[in-house]
Amino acid sequence: MSFLEYRVKFVPTGLRKVLHLNWPLIVLVTAVSAVGWLALYSIAGGRFEPWAGRQMQVFALGMVVMFFIAFVPIWFWRNMSLLAYGVSVVLLLVVEFFGSVGMGAQRWIEVGGMRLQPSELMKVTLVMMLAAYYDWLDVKKTSRLFWVLIPVVLTAIPTVLVLMQPNLGTALILLMIGGAVMLLAGVSWWYFAVVATGLVSVIWAVMASRGTDWQLLHDYQFRRIDTFLDPTSDPLGAGYNIIQAQIALGSGGWNGKGFMQGTQSRLNFLPEKHTDFIFTTLGEEFGFVGVFSLLVLYALILVFCYVSAMQNKDRFSLLLILGIAANFFFYLAINLAMVMGLAPVVGIPLPFLSYGGSAMLVLLVAFGLIQSAHVHRPR
Amino acid sequence: MRRSPKETEESASVTHRRALLMGGAMTAMFAVLGARMRYLSVDQADQFKLLAEENRISIRLIPPARGLILDRNGKVLAGNEQNYRVVITREDAGNVDEVLAKLAHIIPLTADDLDRTTKEMRRTSSFAPITVADRLTWEDLSKIALNAPALPGVSPEVGLSRQYPRDTDFAHVLGYVGPVSERDLAELESPDPLLRIPKFQIGKIGVERWMEDVLRGRAGTRRIEVNAVGRVMRELERVEGDPGSDVRLTIDADVQNFIQARLGDESAAAVVMDVNNGDLIAIVSSPSFDPNLFVRGISHTDYNTLMENDHRPLANKTVQGVYPPGSTFKMITALAALEAGLINVNTTVRCPGHLEFGGRRFHCWKRAGHGAVNLEKSLAESCDVYYYDIAQRVGIEKIAEMGRRFGLGIRHDLPMSAIADGIMPNRAWKQERHKQDWRIGDTINASIGQGYVLTSPLQLAVMTARIATGRAVVPRLVRSIDGKEVPVEPAPEIGISEEIMRKIRSGMYAVMNGERGTATSSRIVDEALVWAGKTGTSQVRNITAAERARGVISNDQLPWNRRDHALFVGYAPYTNPRYAVSVVVEHGGGGSTAAAPIARDAILRALSDGLPPLSAYPSSQRNRIASMLEKLPLRDAEGRAPDTSRA
Repeated sequence: MSFLEYRVKFVPTGLRKVLHLNWPLIVLVTAVSAVGWLALYSIAGGRFEPWAGRQMQVFALGMVVMFFIAFVPIWFWRNMSLLAYGVSVVLLLVVEFFGSVGMGAQRWIEVGGMRLQPSELMKVTLVMMLAAYYDWLDVKKTSRLFWVLIPVVLTAIPTVLVLMQPNLGTALILLMIGGAVMLLAGVSWWYFAVVATGLVSVIWAVMASRGTDWQLLHDYQFRRIDTFLDPTSDPLGAGYNIIQAQIALGSGGWNGKGFMQGTQSRLNFLPEKHTDFIFTTLGEEFGFVGVFSLLVLYALILVFCYVSAMQNKDRFSLLLILGIAANFFFYLAINLAMVMGLAPVVGIPLPFLSYGGSAMLVLLVAFGLIQSAHVHRPR
Repeated sequence: MRRSPKETEESASVTHRRALLMGGAMTAMFAVLGARMRYLSVDQADQFKLLAEENRISIRLIPPARGLILDRNGKVLAGNEQNYRVVITREDAGNVDEVLAKLAHIIPLTADDLDRTTKEMRRTSSFAPITVADRLTWEDLSKIALNAPALPGVSPEVGLSRQYPRDTDFAHVLGYVGPVSERDLAELESPDPLLRIPKFQIGKIGVERWMEDVLRGRAGTRRIEVNAVGRVMRELERVEGDPGSDVRLTIDADVQNFIQARLGDESAAAVVMDVNNGDLIAIVSSPSFDPNLFVRGISHTDYNTLMENDHRPLANKTVQGVYPPGSTFKMITALAALEAGLINVNTTVRCPGHLEFGGRRFHCWKRAGHGAVNLEKSLAESCDVYYYDIAQRVGIEKIAEMGRRFGLGIRHDLPMSAIADGIMPNRAWKQERHKQDWRIGDTINASIGQGYVLTSPLQLAVMTARIATGRAVVPRLVRSIDGKEVPVEPAPEIGISEEIMRKIRSGMYAVMNGERGTATSSRIVDEALVWAGKTGTSQVRNITAAERARGVISNDQLPWNRRDHALFVGYAPYTNPRYAVSVVVEHGGGGSTAAAPIARDAILRALSDGLPPLSAYPSSQRNRIASMLEKLPLRDAEGRAPDTSRA
């Protein structure tokens, strides 16, 4: 079904839309964000400065944006997909040539005092673009080579641009998002089999390229792989983050050291404790019980996304919600695997918890789209 | 484009199937994450808790206060003084250069201080305090406190550092402390962690070094919480250490001071010893130096001055210096002959002024000769030929053995540095040392304490004490440790018949009190304190035949470092001996003129509570002695030096 066939008269209008929002999802998102504020407050030594207060402001702004997006019919956003994708790619190009360098990579541009990371925005607009593409595409053509190559190219363009910044983590997530949406759209398993084989070959090639003239990754990326495999090999250098993070998580024990009692974070042993490694602070202060509760909250967010998607008969909405849920999950899984020492340290924030304006805003934009799809679903 | 309902439903079901598949994958990942979290924070929690504590808690040592060194009456010889210093913390100071410039206006700072401070600042964290200046006066410290608002980041601190209130008097006995060197650490198998504390000081020489274990004490600990860059956040626990034990010496600080002053600028050594228990009452080497200079870090110029001085102020001549004992050795030669039964007290030898032996002529100090000489006369008038004669009969082996029985040529173990063994030569020694056979001429030289015989002033004092008591007295320097008396065992009998000993003593009595004794001018007239002794003059050069032909050159005409050493040993009172004394004045000339008067003043000072009583001196000398005593630069009751010696 396409939206033109929707029985539009059953879709709520005006302020009645408020009643039809997916409220459990909003509550869950707010709850997870609140955990983030607590963590940021604790890390700052019991002060709202410099992180918690600002994070709350960004969240408030993001909520306004989310409601705005939720109130606009989903078919409008569907029509905006190509434009949004185009703008994101242009912004990536701008960053590539005029962006500021941070952490050894070009990642953001300054817009009126705000740092904008187009790579964050890209994660949402790519999902929109691919969902719109498969909504438009005749289902019978889904697995034809030409029509498979188009989404591959659509995914590859931003991936390559992000990789050039260089930002390996986000590039990986973009690839995974592209793959996920294509999988959900029904592209034949054979393509995935071929790509999986190709990936294994590429990984082999990358590892084999080390130390040669055609080295495919930066030295720091190779070192990250090394320290992932054996963090203790460089306890004060590259492995320091991983080791200290695990000490923090492990020393929390069953129920943690207590709010604001985390010695690892309070005494600065934890690096990046307010951004990528914020989870370790929670693990240290609230222990296994606290961390497990947080995982349950995250899982519930995913469950409600799934429930909403399954109820939705619109193909664009279905693919959009599932694509965003997959995106959300990738963030979560990679970040947690990273801080627990199961994956290499790549710059991936923890959704709704890590301090950072762009990531928070983009996430709320994405959840605004989910709400819009939910409110305006065909009935 | 319109799609058939079947088509859309089919595509939706494909998506639903794949979504559920993905959901399954997500659940699996959540399970993995949950399991990993459980592993970290439940299974491995204890280990990680320990690691987190190790991260956060650092243990710092609190240096203990070093034990005091006291004299026999409890006067402080080595103490700990409060050391005021000023430190600066970069992060609090803001503009460091400006603050330092202001500080330099308030207290005297050298360019060196400033240079060192800025250099150190570059190496350390911004929160680490850096010492700008050390050993400030209370006045300077008050000035800093007064100007505190204008000096951000600057704060005064108090520490303890070693101080020797009687500086020069005890430099050789106590030694000094200094910073731990790499060599000190290398010598120890498992060094006390205290030694790794920057600027921690340990004993370098003397009592400070040899009693180090007793004096150092045990470190306390401070458990503190630190952050990732090492900044101290708070103190968690504090365990005070044990201060070092106090060591009480046998020395009487006032007697020591008197003798040090009496020796003046002479290059000399004097030892006063209790003949009954071996307590060293004074053990003085002159000239001396100020050990406080070494504690503070001696300057190059000061050190070079000490090194270049031909009177060798750094050498501890009492135990480290060895000298030919000269005639003070004659008692040993006589004892060897008497003990062997080769002579008796009445045996006489004719002294024509020299002895011919093997084509060589051995001279008596008195060219005209002493005529018929018996034991008492030989000691009283110090006839050399008598000893040449009896030594030939008794032989070097017996003489050397007798010397060792009286404490010569053996090491006396005291907590002092560089204690010399001296030399008590015999055939085997010469064979080993010089690869030559012993010759009778060597015995003749040794019989009057010349030739190969070398003894330290300490050994001479021990010898005298043993003659005075007939017991093998052992010297000791430490009276009590931490308030507990160090036990003294009664000295064993030396094993020579009292009759022989009495004869030797009466010979020494005659030296002082006989009609023609060599040291009668240094006699004591107070009947209760009358004493016995023996002079010695030892040559430091060979007198050539050409010189002898021109006539003996008097010592005064020779350069200082070629003059004879003056020696004297004695004990008092004669009837009931309490103290033995030995004095060596390097290149002082004759023993009777240079050494004996000093020995008399020293032993009288030891025997009385204050200055030597004038009544003990022969009346003709009293005026001279009185004015001499008056001029001595003695310390006051608190141990402060008179102003004159400071000039």
